[in-house]
Amino acid sequence: MIEVEHLTKKYGDLIAIKDLTFQVEKGKIWGFLGPNAAGKTTTMRILTGYLPATDGHARVAGYDVFEQANQVKRVIGYLPEVVPLYPEMTVEGYLKFVAEIKGILAAERKKAVNRVIDRVGLSSVRSRLIRNISRGYRQRVGLAQALIHDPQVLILDEPTIGLDPAQIIEIRQLIRSFKGERTIILSTHILAEVTQICDGVVIINEGQLMASGSLEELTSSLLDQDGVYLKLRQKDQEITSLLQALPHVTSVQPENGGWRIEWPSGYDLRDDITRLVVEKNLGLQEMRPLAMNIENLYLKVISGGGIRK
Amino acid sequence: MRNIWAISKKEIQTYFTSPIAYVVITVFLVLVGFFFYSLIWWFNSQSLQMAQNPYYFQQLNINQMVFSPLFHNISIILLLVIPLLSMRLLAEEKKIKTDELLFTSPLSINHIILGKYTAALAVLVTMLLLTWIPVIFTFLYGNPELPSLLNGYLGLFLVGASFIAIGLFFSSVTENQIVAAMLTFGALLLFWVLNWASYSATGFWKDVLNYLSFFQHFDDMTRGILDTSDLVYYLSIIFLGLFLTHAVIQSRRWR
Repeated sequence: MIEVEHLTKKYGDLIAIKDLTFQVEKGKIWGFLGPNAAGKTTTMRILTGYLPATDGHARVAGYDVFEQANQVKRVIGYLPEVVPLYPEMTVEGYLKFVAEIKGILAAERKKAVNRVIDRVGLSSVRSRLIRNISRGYRQRVGLAQALIHDPQVLILDEPTIGLDPAQIIEIRQLIRSFKGERTIILSTHILAEVTQICDGVVIINEGQLMASGSLEELTSSLLDQDGVYLKLRQKDQEITSLLQALPHVTSVQPENGGWRIEWPSGYDLRDDITRLVVEKNLGLQEMRPLAMNIENLYLKVISGGGIRK
Repeated sequence: MRNIWAISKKEIQTYFTSPIAYVVITVFLVLVGFFFYSLIWWFNSQSLQMAQNPYYFQQLNINQMVFSPLFHNISIILLLVIPLLSMRLLAEEKKIKTDELLFTSPLSINHIILGKYTAALAVLVTMLLLTWIPVIFTFLYGNPELPSLLNGYLGLFLVGASFIAIGLFFSSVTENQIVAAMLTFGALLLFWVLNWASYSATGFWKDVLNYLSFFQHFDDMTRGILDTSDLVYYLSIIFLGLFLTHAVIQSRRWR
């Protein structure tokens, strides 16, 4: 759906991105990671047609972003880092305006506006001036404007920045609900966000691609350890030794009233653990992949030069 | 066309939901009203004096004695208020980063420029139409010549339209509204008085300076003379302003 080939952008002598190549499949959510000033926003701006690239190609939904800019703009919904809002307009008036400039016909506009207002939960503020609504609502208006022309591709630049935890969860759920129907690239600094909503990542640093691929691929190829966090109703000491006795387990550490179980990557012990828990009737309360995987991955890639896939 | 209308409509709404348009129009009308009143009062007192002498009385002409100076006064007020109308057109979009929305929508740069330009023109037309309220009374109590009056208004419209084109250009070069307004004002005033320099110039340069001056072309129009060279002059200024705006936006993206 999104293909980027050897993309390079220079601002004068400053190289913002250099020879970037990656793909995102249709219907997937892809996380875009990297430290500040790594070139994430620049890449997104090139994909959306806001900036021309110095060199290289990018195609979105089969259209070249330079040659067929208008077709690309029709299939992309874009939420920039600074949400582009007119403070003097009402939420509804603003969305109508966006619908109009995105080329939605007059007869369809009202319907499109109502659809996004329902979708992102803005009905309580629809007739208020944008400058009077809270940060969380503004972010939602930003998402609404990105969705208004029902785009196949969404490009979201730090969609959860500056929101409170409850709002972050809501926005994440909203983004996750697009899975399958739309192809999404989102940039973020929050690594947990990536594990929660993304199918894959592109990691860049100083304008260069450090790694790209699906989360499983990357973690298995980059990290030598894999693992789960396990929480059980039974808290007996002997469970630790039972877990340790499982084949391939390298370490079992108690943590937060549960266990952190690790094994060399390439294996998957989740079946064995589940069987053990059921057979011994230990009462499974929680089992989840270790969230630190992505953090390890990120730090390793950013500091250690990373690998290219 | 639909895209231009979309931008234009939004811009007009912004003018009238913020206090800008109301303040600009009100101040403009108060000043126009004052000048109109002074000129009418002066014309009246002249008429009373001239009434003694039938020959001089025949010479009195409301178009020349009231409207021609009034149009000059209005043009000077436009010189002061147009920079305030045009300053936010593009500067504000950059400042609050809404340009990112406009340039990632399927619009061309021309749509954006023409939409903004026509919105400011609409405010100008509103301002000029409202000045007809006092003017109508001169038809009730006197006999001004309508064609030459309309010609003067056409002149005012063209002058205002040129000012807006120049203002739009300066609004595209900065994201600070005050800077845009100041640059516009400076440029307009300079263009206005360019013919002063022609007094000391000779030959070719004298003609060039005279031709470039806003004042020279406007002066003809207030006296009811419609010359194609004046029309060409104003249309060229408008085209140049819009063209340079386009160039600035385009080059900014490629930098």
